[in-house]
Amino acid sequence: MKPATRGSAAMRLRGLVRKEFLQIVRDPSSIAIAFLMPLFLLILFGYGVSLDADHVPVALVAEAPSPDSEDFFASLSGSPSFAPHTVQTLSEAERELRAGRVNAIVHLRANFAEQLRRPNGAPIQVIVNGVDANTARLTQGYIEGAWGNWLARRAAARGQELVTPVLLEVRVWFNSELKSRNYLVPGLVAIIMTLIGALLTALVMAREWERGTLEALLVTPVRMSEVLLGKIIAYFTLGTGGMLLTVGLAVWLFGVPLCGSFWLLWVCASLFLLAALGMGLTISTLARNQFVAGQIAIIGTFLPAFLLSGFIFDIDSMPMVVQAITHLVVARYFVAIVQTLFLAGDVWAVVLPNALALLVMAAFFFGVTWSKSRKRLE
Amino acid sequence: MLTRLLALIFKEFLALLQDPKSRIVLIVPPLVQLLVFGYAASFDLKDIPWALYDEDRGVAARDLAAAFDGAPAFRRVATLRSEGEIVPLVDSRKVLVVVHIGARFSADMLTGAPTPVQVIIDGRNSNAALIGMNYVRSIVERYNREWLARHGGAAPPARLETRAWFNPNLESRWFFIPGIIGMLSLVTTMLVTALTVAREREQGTFDQLLVTPLRPAEILLGKALPGFLIGLVQGTLILLVATLWFRVPLLGSLPALYTGLALFLLSGVGVGLLISSLAVTQQQGLLGAFLFMVPAVILSGFATPIANMPKAVQTITLIDPLRYFLVILRKVFLEGAGFDILIPQLWPMALIGATSLALASWLFRHRMY
Repeated sequence: MKPATRGSAAMRLRGLVRKEFLQIVRDPSSIAIAFLMPLFLLILFGYGVSLDADHVPVALVAEAPSPDSEDFFASLSGSPSFAPHTVQTLSEAERELRAGRVNAIVHLRANFAEQLRRPNGAPIQVIVNGVDANTARLTQGYIEGAWGNWLARRAAARGQELVTPVLLEVRVWFNSELKSRNYLVPGLVAIIMTLIGALLTALVMAREWERGTLEALLVTPVRMSEVLLGKIIAYFTLGTGGMLLTVGLAVWLFGVPLCGSFWLLWVCASLFLLAALGMGLTISTLARNQFVAGQIAIIGTFLPAFLLSGFIFDIDSMPMVVQAITHLVVARYFVAIVQTLFLAGDVWAVVLPNALALLVMAAFFFGVTWSKSRKRLE
Repeated sequence: MLTRLLALIFKEFLALLQDPKSRIVLIVPPLVQLLVFGYAASFDLKDIPWALYDEDRGVAARDLAAAFDGAPAFRRVATLRSEGEIVPLVDSRKVLVVVHIGARFSADMLTGAPTPVQVIIDGRNSNAALIGMNYVRSIVERYNREWLARHGGAAPPARLETRAWFNPNLESRWFFIPGIIGMLSLVTTMLVTALTVAREREQGTFDQLLVTPLRPAEILLGKALPGFLIGLVQGTLILLVATLWFRVPLLGSLPALYTGLALFLLSGVGVGLLISSLAVTQQQGLLGAFLFMVPAVILSGFATPIANMPKAVQTITLIDPLRYFLVILRKVFLEGAGFDILIPQLWPMALIGATSLALASWLFRHRMY
């Protein structure tokens, strides 16, 4: 008979990693969150979400229709930014604005044609629905653009030159057409990896605590560090798969340019994944209960990654206190890196400090998990 | 029957609230989130870092630079001496806007010919870039108007007089905070209900519940009520913070708002229970809730308008209860709406709630016998 061996550390680890993978494969919801969820989110964001308003519904009111008012309205109708229609009276237009059928009203008074020829000029009254402030501001910008074009065209038609002392030449770098998809899709890589890294891991570890299987594991020769390592290896692999899928779809399906180096992106993504895994393990070790772990993971990682990372909302415009809080959000550093790597290229001034922050946070979370899980078992 | 039901409801509340961690998780985070997100969720640019590269340094150029410095949203972080400094500054995101005034600017201005000024904007955040561009346009437009007034040019024959209804200063906070009420209510209700049945299944206590004299409909009611009541209490708390702390005007009818909230919670509870009755483990319940919640928030018009979505996606949003509730919240808060305007938003939520509850109850029975 062979002497009873306790097996080498490598063998034990292999066994643990195998166990994790079996658990992942056997619960379809893990696969769903690692592969279906990224696909689903990308398609949702890539096709569904857009900050670019076009065909804004506008009501046009001319109290006394004249060739001049027709001419001005034609400049609005010609633009793809608007979906205008003519309304007889101002009160009818106001009713449509209240009912949400139009976003804006352009109103010309009865003496519009006459005032146009006076030195003071004619007022054009514009009313926008301000509830959605962002769309309201974009609509205002579009109307101003149409107004400027109309003035220039009108002056040219009369053989005059419209006097514009300063002529703006705006160059938009990195995203010249200002497509919001190019801005949102790279940030999604960070959101999706937060889901896999933090949410899934938090649940998995909490489940072992809740069911008592962790204690069962610990009476075997495996050490706590090996259990943690087994989980990290399994979910790191899963997360890397999710990352590759997302980046691939972003580039090939949505045509977002990847200006920087893919390998640099890989390295930074791995750092971020480690930090997210660390966060997930910390949460589950502290909560030890799937309900609480799930709540904390959503509230503490997913929502901040969504709202406080610079993914949608500009961090510089937040109040100082909130800006300080964003420094605690791991996704913030990675969002800055992916947006730059995708659209601008390998800008070391952005990549290095953020990568360093990711490294520090990963180390911090692993340290907390390590010390907490040891202490609470004794 | 009533005592049975009451006992079950009591038990459900105990299961939720007896663990101190679960209790804290239900009350504290939503309030903290409302505070943090209330300040964070905004598309307004309050602080645009910009750099000036002035090759001219004449009076006209200095006036133009002063116009930017005077704009409250702009903060000058650098004054450049050479063209080579522009690229690293924009690349590293230290500035959003660079204004480049050419060497012949002042001279050209005095001849009366249109004088170009180059503006470079970082487009990585497309929305910030667009808003920044609009700000730059309006600053230059005002500068042009003042220049013409001083140098005797003709004013344009027509001018725009713009007013914004319901939100005169166009504060996007007024738009987002009512939305956050809806989003947080959805998150709590879904989390509470999506896990209830799954937890009992996982722990094996659901079988025990089934052999009691309770009927499926009673079990369903017992499971539905705690989520509904917690959502109602939390919604009220958030509503108070939104009006008293953030000072978002609440102009419309409170009964209409609460009718909306009740129907919205009903549909949230219904969908949550539906997910829960399908799930075998808590992980599946949570992930199911997640798979519903994320698109529900994204497609609700919370951050990006539904009108900007492609037609096919707009059709999908019709089954999203949050979509209707957000309209109600914003209309009641900012536009002062009452019941009459809100009917088209109310009945779809009632329909979603009734359908999902019926399906969940069918699934209870179906999985039982």
